[in-house]
Amino acid sequence: MTFLVEAYAFFYQLADSFAFLVLCGLGLAIIFGMMGVINLAHGEFIMCGAYVTVLSARAGLPLPFAMLCGTLAAGLVGLILEFLIIRRLYHRLFDSIVATWALSLIATQGMLIVAGPSIEGLKTPFGSFELGEYSFSVYRALLPLIALLLLGALYWLFVRTRFGIYSRATIQDANMARALGANTGRIYSQTFTLGAALAGLTGALYAPTITAVPTMGQAFIVQSFVTVVVSGADVMLGLAPSAAVLAFIQSLLTKSYGQLIGQIGLLLTVIIVVRVLPKGISGWVLQRNGGR
Amino acid sequence: MPRWLALLDGPQTLGHGRAFWFVFALIVLVAALLPTFVDAFAITNLTYFLVWVFMALGLSLIWGYAGILSFGQTAFFGLAGYTYGVISINLGDAGLWTWFALLMSLVLPAVLAIFVGYFMFYGGVRDVFVGIVTLSITLVFETFMAQTAGPEWTIGSARLNGFNGMSNMPPLTFPWGENPIIFDGPSFFWLVLALAVLVYVGLRIVVNSRFGNVLVAIRENPDRAEMLGYNVRLYQLFVFVIGSVLAGVSGVLYTLWGSYITPSSMGLTAAALPIIWVAAGGRKDITATLLATVLLTWLSQQLAVKGSQYALIWMGVILLVVVLFAPEGLFVTVWKKLRDRRRLQQVAAARKTVSLPSA
Repeated sequence: MTFLVEAYAFFYQLADSFAFLVLCGLGLAIIFGMMGVINLAHGEFIMCGAYVTVLSARAGLPLPFAMLCGTLAAGLVGLILEFLIIRRLYHRLFDSIVATWALSLIATQGMLIVAGPSIEGLKTPFGSFELGEYSFSVYRALLPLIALLLLGALYWLFVRTRFGIYSRATIQDANMARALGANTGRIYSQTFTLGAALAGLTGALYAPTITAVPTMGQAFIVQSFVTVVVSGADVMLGLAPSAAVLAFIQSLLTKSYGQLIGQIGLLLTVIIVVRVLPKGISGWVLQRNGGR
Repeated sequence: MPRWLALLDGPQTLGHGRAFWFVFALIVLVAALLPTFVDAFAITNLTYFLVWVFMALGLSLIWGYAGILSFGQTAFFGLAGYTYGVISINLGDAGLWTWFALLMSLVLPAVLAIFVGYFMFYGGVRDVFVGIVTLSITLVFETFMAQTAGPEWTIGSARLNGFNGMSNMPPLTFPWGENPIIFDGPSFFWLVLALAVLVYVGLRIVVNSRFGNVLVAIRENPDRAEMLGYNVRLYQLFVFVIGSVLAGVSGVLYTLWGSYITPSSMGLTAAALPIIWVAAGGRKDITATLLATVLLTWLSQQLAVKGSQYALIWMGVILLVVVLFAPEGLFVTVWKKLRDRRRLQQVAAARKTVSLPSA
């Protein structure tokens, strides 16, 4: 019995870490993985989602609606920034780094000035359950399922809907898509907004489990990039296996040597993956199947 | 004029001729005389601005001239700083040991850069992935050093001290009979200034030489350069090592300046700063990089002192404006505008003297 509990504890840790990596990666997989914009402000989109969620929940909205508000707010911010700044920087890789870094500075410091060093958090819903000597949060146990659901929804969106097909066509060959009548400017803008909204959703989902602080984006950004780089450009194909592999490495190292060594393990994995599989897991799979 | 001296001016650097070098000499002279008429605090500040110049110039060489974006120059910065700390604390400041520590803290980054560069350039790692690998390396260093808080993390008599970092390393000391020369205050400033001038002038020669021209050819089109018979990977490796040693110079000087080094000097924020300086000034020119580095470190300090909480916001706004309206970098854009205007005036003047019919 104790063995089973230990095994479940490890599995819980693994699933938790998997959920975190998938949710971190979702928005960035679209903005960086697909569109190629190195978005250093990704963490700040997450922060925006978390703040709006916390504030609207404390204003009296039920939690699911508060989360929706957080997601929409981040999406709106993404839409505006895309219109004002990002659209000038597609295909200017280096400049997008500087610009999004600047945005991240402004957002972090701006939030610090507006809302102070931290805001009162929310209570994690659903309580907890106990197994042996461990206590597990029900909400965090649900997050991996939500992550999988979101991956499924994203797959449906990009493969089955008109928007998804236009979006993938535009990103693969903008000139061709334009020649065939797609409004590529608008599609870029919509795709970026979707990425920003997904980042906001990540923040919203984690809002009840953490204390929202202006610098919280930094806790997400490295993991986000790690997951997306290991995943490669094809989000639907690569993100889940990438998060699974990384979560396994991280939980194993964290369990044996502590959190910082787990972090180092993630980073070393990325270095090796970039060297061995430069197109990530999805690129490798496609190559094996004789695709692109 | 010897051939190598003629390379001071060339196609890869902005600014040339008598006027430019006169202004340059004037600035260096004024800077060198500063310790005689400003207070010690100001000198310490001035040294601080100059300390970062080396890392920025190295990045300008790697990124601006050779087209390789390294996001992890701080790894070499931190490695150099910690190396100096560990060696100098263990060996003390007797004899020439501090200089040995200084030397070793440039050798180690060079070795790391050869290793990392070989791993990347000979392993087919390209474009943005170079940035990701180098950033990962610097974050690995940061995370590793952050978890060395326990007493078991001690090298000789030097405690690594985790997140709080190492401190109390001895300054550079040169044995001189009864009174050894200790490099602190003005003498340290002069040392840093002399190094900065040396590196700047040296890099001007390097980038205008055949080597520099090949670097630019590689930046513009690596495949073409390879077809023309250049060993692209060797050039990339070499330039990466030079740039990384320069980052090491900054690291060791920073450690000497404040007599401390912390893991956060290798973190994400620290790693982004050199990129910001180089991009803001104009990455394809070392003069622009140098000016931007000094200006931005000065500015961020001034903003931090005066505007307190709005400092970072102003910094962000400045960067956004530069990226959107002067994508080549602030100084390079202004420089080229002025040059074009002067050329137009010259043409107009020439027209007048030979009284050509105006077009």
